[in-house]
Amino acid sequence: MIIHHPLLGPRDAAEFVYLGDAALIDRPDWQAENAAEAFHAYGYLRDNPAGVHQELWYHEQGDRSWLVVTRNTVNHEISRVELARDVARARGRGR
Amino acid sequence: MRYSAFKIFREGLTGNKGWTPAWRDPEPKPEYDIVIIGGGGHGLATAYYLAKEFGLRNVAVLEKGWIGSGNVGRNTTIIRSNYLLPGNEPFYEMSLKLWEGLEQDFNYNAMVSQRSILNLIHSDAQRDAFVRRANAMFLAGADAELADADQLRAELPFLDFDNARFPIKGGLFQRRGGTVRHDAVAWGYARGADARGVDIIQNCEVTGFDIENGKCRGVETTRGAIRARKVAVCVAGSSGRVMALAGMRLPIESHVLQAFVTEGLKPVLPGVITFGAGHFYVSQSDKGGLVFGGDIDGYNSYAQRGNLPVVEDVAEGGMAIMPMIGRARLLRNWGGIMDMSMDGSPFIDRTHIDGLYFNGGWCYGGFKATPASGMCYAHLLARDAPHPVATEMRLDRFARGHLIDEKGMGNQPNLH
Amino acid sequence: MSQVNRIKGGLIDRSTEISFSFNGKAMQGHPGDTLASALLANGQRLVGRSFKYHRPRGIFTAGSEEPNALVELRKGAAQEPNTRATVAELFDGLEARSQNHRGSLEFDLMAVTDLLSPFLSAGFYYKTFMWPRAFWEKLYEPAIRASAGLGQLSMEEDPDCYDKGYLHCDLLVIGAGPAGLMAARTAARAGVRVILADEDFVMGGRLNAETLEVDGMPGADWAATVVAELAAMENVRLMPRSTVYGAYDHGIYGMLERCTDHLAFSGGKPRQVLWRVYSRHAVLAAGATERPIAFGNNDRPGVMLAGAVRAYANRWGVAPGRRVAVFTNNDDGWRSAADLVAKGVEVPAVIDTRDAPAVCDVHGARHIRGAAVMDTKGRKGLRQISLIDGQMIDVDCLAVSGGWNPNVHLTCHQRGRPEWRDDLAAFVPGRDLPPGMVVAGAANGAMTLAAALRDGVAVTERLGYTDTGDLPRAEDEPRDGAPIWHVSQSRARAWLDLQNDVTVKDVKQAHQEGFRSVEHLKRYTTLGMATDQGKTANIPALAVMAECTGKTIPETGTTIFRPPYTPVPIGALAGRARGRDFRPYRLTPSHRWAEANGATFVEVGNWLRAQWFAREGEQGWRDSVDREVLMTRRSVGICDVTTLGKIDIQGRDAGEFLNRVYCNGFATLAVGRVRYGLMLREDGIAYDDGTTARMGEHHYVMTTTTANAVTVFRRLEFARQCLWPDLDVHLISTTDGWAQFAVAGPNARNLLRKVVDKAHDLSNEAFPFMGCGEVTVCGGMPARLFRISFSGELAYEVAVPARFGNAMMGVLMEAGREFDAVPYGTEALGVMRIEKGHAAGNELNGQTTAHNLGMGRMVSRKKDCIGNVLSHRPELLREDAVKLVGFRPVNRDTGLIAGSHFIGQGDAVMMDNDQGWMSSVAYSPSLGHSIGLGFLKRGDARLGEILRAVSPVHGREMEVEVVPAHFIDPEGERLRG
Repeated sequence: MIIHHPLLGPRDAAEFVYLGDAALIDRPDWQAENAAEAFHAYGYLRDNPAGVHQELWYHEQGDRSWLVVTRNTVNHEISRVELARDVARARGRGR
Repeated sequence: MRYSAFKIFREGLTGNKGWTPAWRDPEPKPEYDIVIIGGGGHGLATAYYLAKEFGLRNVAVLEKGWIGSGNVGRNTTIIRSNYLLPGNEPFYEMSLKLWEGLEQDFNYNAMVSQRSILNLIHSDAQRDAFVRRANAMFLAGADAELADADQLRAELPFLDFDNARFPIKGGLFQRRGGTVRHDAVAWGYARGADARGVDIIQNCEVTGFDIENGKCRGVETTRGAIRARKVAVCVAGSSGRVMALAGMRLPIESHVLQAFVTEGLKPVLPGVITFGAGHFYVSQSDKGGLVFGGDIDGYNSYAQRGNLPVVEDVAEGGMAIMPMIGRARLLRNWGGIMDMSMDGSPFIDRTHIDGLYFNGGWCYGGFKATPASGMCYAHLLARDAPHPVATEMRLDRFARGHLIDEKGMGNQPNLH
Repeated sequence: MSQVNRIKGGLIDRSTEISFSFNGKAMQGHPGDTLASALLANGQRLVGRSFKYHRPRGIFTAGSEEPNALVELRKGAAQEPNTRATVAELFDGLEARSQNHRGSLEFDLMAVTDLLSPFLSAGFYYKTFMWPRAFWEKLYEPAIRASAGLGQLSMEEDPDCYDKGYLHCDLLVIGAGPAGLMAARTAARAGVRVILADEDFVMGGRLNAETLEVDGMPGADWAATVVAELAAMENVRLMPRSTVYGAYDHGIYGMLERCTDHLAFSGGKPRQVLWRVYSRHAVLAAGATERPIAFGNNDRPGVMLAGAVRAYANRWGVAPGRRVAVFTNNDDGWRSAADLVAKGVEVPAVIDTRDAPAVCDVHGARHIRGAAVMDTKGRKGLRQISLIDGQMIDVDCLAVSGGWNPNVHLTCHQRGRPEWRDDLAAFVPGRDLPPGMVVAGAANGAMTLAAALRDGVAVTERLGYTDTGDLPRAEDEPRDGAPIWHVSQSRARAWLDLQNDVTVKDVKQAHQEGFRSVEHLKRYTTLGMATDQGKTANIPALAVMAECTGKTIPETGTTIFRPPYTPVPIGALAGRARGRDFRPYRLTPSHRWAEANGATFVEVGNWLRAQWFAREGEQGWRDSVDREVLMTRRSVGICDVTTLGKIDIQGRDAGEFLNRVYCNGFATLAVGRVRYGLMLREDGIAYDDGTTARMGEHHYVMTTTTANAVTVFRRLEFARQCLWPDLDVHLISTTDGWAQFAVAGPNARNLLRKVVDKAHDLSNEAFPFMGCGEVTVCGGMPARLFRISFSGELAYEVAVPARFGNAMMGVLMEAGREFDAVPYGTEALGVMRIEKGHAAGNELNGQTTAHNLGMGRMVSRKKDCIGNVLSHRPELLREDAVKLVGFRPVNRDTGLIAGSHFIGQGDAVMMDNDQGWMSSVAYSPSLGHSIGLGFLKRGDARLGEILRAVSPVHGREMEVEVVPAHFIDPEGERLRG
């Protein structure tokens, strides 16, 4: 596969390390009332779609960017690649 | 029809005209006691044991395509019970014992061949871990045998002992491990279940569940609605897709695992060999092909095919331990979709929906589990209580913190 | 004399004669021959035995689809099984042998299986060999395995080397036949980067095998001019002998180039190269494969595909027989008859299943209309055919044509499904092609020459590459046909899959037994599973199944193809990554020093570390390790610990960041101080530990374990970029940047005082335990000093820029000479950490929690950290959880065994009574007996208890006493001294 890195252009997927669903960005609040439940869902439950999937890839053999790649799990077509940091900020993560 | 050498002889003399279908091709009935979704190894084994061990025969197995088209037909055929943890080892040992009597039980030669499995050891720490595991196997009544490098050199002189990047320091044998003709397992169970009255319905895809007030009353299929007292999902590889129809999220990701076979060769490998410092395991089929595999590709996929980097990685592993295979040619390479669970271990459990049961999460180890999975799932469906060797394989274990993590890789499915 | 079947013409160099041997018999051929064409030229019809029935077999095709003519090439370690003679280029000195027979090829003892064939029908082995149970492994299976298989491996290491490479282009053209040549020429003239690959050693495809003309010249000559034009263009790379074997995601293709297979010796060059081709577009112009018609005993040597027969005549100047009949259901078969007659070969008959006029004039041949071949005679070579009307014709070769199947294989590699075309009676590429791929020529159903040339241009232009040049002139040769798949009147066995011996009857039986889906059919009968992957067999077999089910062929199913297109050696897929080059070595900075000073090395991940340093007179490794431990504890020892991961952490929020990634608090760590940190995974399991030093206000240096150096860094980057993107913190791995040495033992300070520049006060007060600082050594060289201890002794770790590491080791040893300083390796390091009770890899195995490790209280409830919430799940905090404790043997002479399990006195050795396991053991030279660390249920509450440590795999058990995990200096006085 080829991943079009937003900063570095097309790179072979072998340069990257895969983590999983980009929902892993949405780490729950540890002090929330339902923290145990929320962390269980965060840590263990997955949508696992057959189709479009937003997922985290790390450019380990490159610039060490974490990327959010939107990829179809049925045909492996990649429709979008973003810096995970941008996605995280857009989802309201900060400090 | 009972199969035997005599039957073959008689048929051979009369032009092989008397063979009858191995299983019927029935129309689905409107209602069953139990509907099993998924005509793979586990689903068919479940139906077989429901009928045979629990006397439940008003059972249907619904298969989207042709039976055995999932992972039972696309694996590397290895059986073994060399597990470590109490949540796993007794289950897999029961499975191995069932394999040992399977063919006589269902009157089908699945070529269960206890050729042995060997895990190579390349470091002291690895030896410590294997000793712990070997002893756990003994504690569960299984067999295990440690070998040192000299013993291996005598037994398997073609391994690379002298020029290896990661020297072979020994190995852990399970002599009762081995291989099975994978397709025949599906066919044998199907035939056995069919003969006991189970309806095996191919080309019947489940498109939805009939769930009312938290109770599952049946399924919608491409061949109409079918009602059932109990619905048993058994579709590893597609678990995410199917359970989504019931609105459930699972502790599972779908990943692709590639497998490989070479052109046929005269016998070179006595048993199954597993590289301990890379991703490679191999055996030789009765037809002579080297059947081998390695790591999963590592990204979520439902595509039943993989990519080149893993192909190369696996071949490198092979050449690293047995450089004699360089001139053997890779003939065919395929991919299967694995239910990769969050701790690398499976589930055989009820769901929070009354009447809906789930079996899945087998990672890339489901084949060897087929008999025990069928037996334990049948037990659960018949008795509504887990089988004694499958008490830990629960969906709520992560919430409780009861992990069955053989490799210690944590909640990242592609590392198991 | 020997080349009895050589006739005129062909693309061979008759001026040179080359010698080769088959089964030890000397034969001759010419450059340009394949082994198959040369064997035929020498009159060798019998070349092998089939898989199951050991039937005599000859050459069936002229290409990579060959099911029969598999041979072993070369000898010794270079022995190469299962090579298709039809694609093996002849070279001088080639040695080939037939395979899969016991006794000689002519008198194969295993041929007895053919007599038993009524009892060996499809799937017979699933129905028997079950009794008695033990006989399967002891008797039946070994017999089956010995007779199965094909060629033999040498069992020696592959003597050749293989390379890998990457290629990039705009257009990859797969196949250099008429369509491929036009596609490549069109794109090349448009100026884009083109790679033209063909599995053959001569480009031109079928043009080389036909008598067709293009632009008024022989097809082969026209192809050569196009190839010459392309070869002269800088934007074109021609790759003959290169098979594109797989289409992978995003326009990546796997290609195998055979570099030296056509030479007697590779001369040290790579035998083959595995290319990964990255291409924007690809034109698949792989042509088509002829299919046979099944009839009785259609597997004899001499029964061949019609297109192959004329290929041998036209391209190689070989007559596959002296009297060659043609059996066809289509116009194309007639070409073989015409071409053979033109070459002077006798063609007694053209048998056409159609009741239609002759397609062309074939001199001397009877045209037998509406007929079919029903059976054949000639056990080791065809002698006679009989037709359904009872006529018999003496022939030594029968050219069979059942029509052509487009080579759609690569279109299926991403699970595309071919579509049926009734007018061709064949599957053509479906609509869901791999992205970027188009298909041209016969592979796309453009079955005539003119159509293929047009198609090659048209599909390339559709990709946006245009050439204004004229289309070459050629004719649309007649290609009509009426499909017939097998001769139903045949009573004898009619073969579909020649190699695996699957007959029409087997398919019918599979249907009878309910194995009706194509996949069931394949798996039950082994159809299409042989080395040729059923290239000539699958479609006819599918047609027979369709006939049984009463459905059409497309309703019955299709077969899709998986990589590789043709088999690829494992050696090529592995390339150079084998032997010691399987993975790169990482060497520690002091590696050269260690080598020169007697170190034995051990693999630690990709690192090579000194394991111990043997001295003269020592009897075994234990002597060395014991000495290193004792000398260190007595005076001072030095160890290269560079392999530990080092991460430089800077930024205003660096402290807060650390506070969140370690489970214990880091908010209060002062500048100049070091703290032990335990890291959890998010699932609450202990993950990694190490120390982090605060070098400055906003500057920290973290160490990780060797094993987790890479993944810890990855996780920290995840936390930094994805979880807390606005924290001001920056990370860089400096593992390779700094060489780091542990200097441990009572004389550590004295030694370091000689190395660290005098300006730095190393006194216990100025530089206490868990202190750190930037210093200079050796007169001004920058260094870092950490007062941390893994051994439990007064100890420091000193870090210098990695390039000075080797010299630094020498400096430290020289300075330590007066203290009898010793270098120590990983074994002594391990012994000392067990003596001190530190957890390491065997304890931090990804399955244990802080609670298990006795560090539960470190997990602060007052702050967030990775893993905090999930670490508090109830079953992880069970009161009867295992706890890390120490063990010593009751009988001090006994050696403990790592991996043994703990069982209570008097309890049965079974899983229900399992109370934990011994994780690490060592012989403690300090204590004079074996010691161990292990996990025991409620272990911390059971100190002093006597248990059994059992290791049934060793057949041993021993009594052990539960003790605190700190065997040495439990109060920690030494390290604070």
